[in-house]
Amino acid sequence: MDLRRTPLYEQHVELGGKLVDFAGWEMPVQYEGIKEEHSAVRTHAGMFDVSHMGEVEVEGPGALAFLQRVLSNDVGKVEVGGAQYSCLCNEEGGVLDDLFAYRLGGDRYLIVTNSANHVADLGWLGRWSRDFDVAVRDVADRYAMLAVQGPHARVIVSRTLGIELPPRMRVTTARVGGRPALVCGTGYTGEDGVELLIDPEVAPAIWAELLDAGVVPCGLGARDTLRLEACFHLHGNDLTPDHNPIEAGLGWCCAEGTGFLGSEAIARARRDGTAEKLVPFRIDGAGIPRQGNPVLAAGEAAGTVTSGTFSPSLEVGIGMAYVRADLAEPGTAVEIDVRGKRRPARIASKPLYRKAR
Amino acid sequence: MTLPDANYPDDLLYHDQHDWARLEGDDHAVFGITWYAQDSLGEVVFYDPPEVGGTVDKDATYAEVESVKAVSDVIAPMSGEIVEVNDALEDTPEKVNEDPYGEGWLVKVRLTAPEEAGALLDAGEYRKLLENA
Repeated sequence: MDLRRTPLYEQHVELGGKLVDFAGWEMPVQYEGIKEEHSAVRTHAGMFDVSHMGEVEVEGPGALAFLQRVLSNDVGKVEVGGAQYSCLCNEEGGVLDDLFAYRLGGDRYLIVTNSANHVADLGWLGRWSRDFDVAVRDVADRYAMLAVQGPHARVIVSRTLGIELPPRMRVTTARVGGRPALVCGTGYTGEDGVELLIDPEVAPAIWAELLDAGVVPCGLGARDTLRLEACFHLHGNDLTPDHNPIEAGLGWCCAEGTGFLGSEAIARARRDGTAEKLVPFRIDGAGIPRQGNPVLAAGEAAGTVTSGTFSPSLEVGIGMAYVRADLAEPGTAVEIDVRGKRRPARIASKPLYRKAR
Repeated sequence: MTLPDANYPDDLLYHDQHDWARLEGDDHAVFGITWYAQDSLGEVVFYDPPEVGGTVDKDATYAEVESVKAVSDVIAPMSGEIVEVNDALEDTPEKVNEDPYGEGWLVKVRLTAPEEAGALLDAGEYRKLLENA
């Protein structure tokens, strides 16, 4: 099957990006190097082409009631111009996707999906929307998406594009490249920054302007190390339909009182506790954990690594793993079986990396 | 980090799995990974050296190098016994990227079958292999 390309494909090639297949998209995993790009976001400003992510518009008098039914968080708390993180769960409470919902108008919302789940999400949303007075539209082709992240990101974006930026967790409309755009005060790196949803036709020009302004192009490799240091979940790794949000440490974005799909199972899990919990950990010493590595406690199988990498900020192996609930306390000593070598590790608290203040 | 451009020195022998061997005397060789291998892998952040005294078999894995993103097996271009490993890479694994044929060497081996050299590629043949890949 042919890989899909974002409106910025030519820019990635021109910059010497190393292109890989990511969920059916030909995406840059790195340009100059993951460590440099990671560090640019921690210390300055980096930008990621995340146009492979999907957008779904939900509009109509029943929009709020519908979203309360399908999303785990209390969507009723989101004001116009607000943003909220949620899980999309099946009836058993398993996580189908995790996503941001932005309230664009009184009865108009935009949902940003993970690219690998976009089509399945659309099917799921379409199916459950039949009981509501609401339209669910795939608007992924309308947007290119740029995440500009880092301590200097907001200043540079605001000055370069001549726009006002919303505070964190808010969304505003703006004109970018002469076209309507959405500016979101969200991100996936643990740094300040914005995500821009812009017209695909102007994306190359905007990319070039930000590049000229000193923003460092960053690939999906650095996106992964940054999000893992910040302990943000990656669906497909840390979140799957086989685990509920309580196990995943996402009870804070579940409002069972709204009666959303899966809320009964999730309320039970919250009340009774779960056999496993998703926890961050760091290796003591050498070794880099990878997805699928077994977690051992007292020599016995006690869990599985869901994400693992080398942390460029901490210069040590880090990861997240589902472990037996009695091991979830920060500080607990475990071992990670990294291809046959047992590497001592310690359960950590979130986030794994925190900026020195 | 500035990396050297693609280069494949003429004094080395190459294995098609992107490993090199530098023959020293009649029965010793130094092994490492090629420019192409380190470029594909990205910044090397960890090298787990094998034990001195261990054996390596031609075409078999003898070590792992890891980048931020992935782990890669390193294949022995020839068979022998490990007489020295590059311990310095524990602190400076990036040498595998910066100087893959020099400070980025991985192991030194006493060859048990020096004639295996005949099955390896010379630099020209290896370059051709990469062009056709």
